[in-house]
Amino acid sequence: MANFRIQRYDPEKDSRPYFQTYEVPVEQGMSILDCLFYIKERLDATLSFRASCRMGICGSCAMYINGLPRLACETQATSLATDTIEVRPLPNYEIIKDLVVDLSPLFEKHQRVRPWIIPYELEELDRPTKEYVQSPAELEKYLQFAYCLKCGLCLAACPTMATDNEFIGPQALAQAFRYNSDTRDGGDAERIAVVDTLHGLWRCHMAGACAEVCPKGVDPALAIQLMKREAVFGKKKERARLVDPRCGVTPLPGIPKAPEPTVKRSEGKR
Amino acid sequence: MRRYNNRLGIRGWIYAGNYGLERYLYFLHRISGLGLIFYLLLHIGVTSARIYGGAAWEQTMSLLSGPAFKLGEYVLMAGAIFHAANGLRLIITELGMCIGTPGRQEYPYVSSVRKQRRLMIVVMIIIAVLLLISGVDFFIL
Repeated sequence: MANFRIQRYDPEKDSRPYFQTYEVPVEQGMSILDCLFYIKERLDATLSFRASCRMGICGSCAMYINGLPRLACETQATSLATDTIEVRPLPNYEIIKDLVVDLSPLFEKHQRVRPWIIPYELEELDRPTKEYVQSPAELEKYLQFAYCLKCGLCLAACPTMATDNEFIGPQALAQAFRYNSDTRDGGDAERIAVVDTLHGLWRCHMAGACAEVCPKGVDPALAIQLMKREAVFGKKKERARLVDPRCGVTPLPGIPKAPEPTVKRSEGKR
Repeated sequence: MRRYNNRLGIRGWIYAGNYGLERYLYFLHRISGLGLIFYLLLHIGVTSARIYGGAAWEQTMSLLSGPAFKLGEYVLMAGAIFHAANGLRLIITELGMCIGTPGRQEYPYVSSVRKQRRLMIVVMIIIAVLLLISGVDFFIL
């Protein structure tokens, strides 16, 4: 048996959060998420938390578990080596209910750094005639950062985020570096205008907490320091070559029509 | 719908969980930096007593000669040593050195913080040695 001390907060009833304790028969192999489902299904159906894939891919179940922000699905209950497990919502976000926090600031900041490939030739994006050639070595310059789940753990761990609401944050900064390091991308100037600012790159002071808690080894701290290095010493950007495809390409006259949906939509619903 | 603001604030600099030492060095670096700025202002204020003549200067100096002031001076020295040495570590890491390079990640992940830890330990040893030497110089010799 393990005692789960869970932070509760219902915006309609409570003025501030409080803790509630549940007893869960923990067995080898149970993740914290399994334990939360046990509580929800058998002990208290009013407990709210966010979860989806249960296998560390969607990043929905990010919580503050026994002193560290972690994914509930990737944290084995027995690995914590204690009978008292404390689960709180992620710090540095607003709590919607119980363990559910509002991740909108994370997504808004992520969007601000233009996390998509901005090609050198826009015409090539709309009407491709050739193929980009990217070597495995070029891929590995950004691949690590492309594994970001947008779970928000890094923003919960970051000490700068604790006081600076405007700080772009480790997640978005890492994504700016990810796309700046892509040889197919030509949008460096647009992203640098966003990150090389008062609440951007230079607010990071290498506390390293983001890198410690990242469940996918994305290591935002590494990306940010490398971006600072580029900002100081400059950067020689390599550009992906465009080559003629072996089998030839017939440029499409326009965006192709979407196929007919296989499931009929009900009236009045989108 | 009402929301509860869960931002940690300044206490989030001091303690936010079971992180590595680097996150606490972040707080110490900030505090020592603010302390040094505060001392600089105080220092300018104290030394400006000289413009009011020799007597005023002597009087100010006599105020600043007790054992508490000596301890204060040592704390200042400690703050300056820490801020300088840790600052060098930060310059090294923030310029992308000793933190590794991007690559394919395999579990268990070794983060950039772990990669710079040896540098951090060396810097902390240097700080401890300098604090010891300055302590002997301040209080024993």
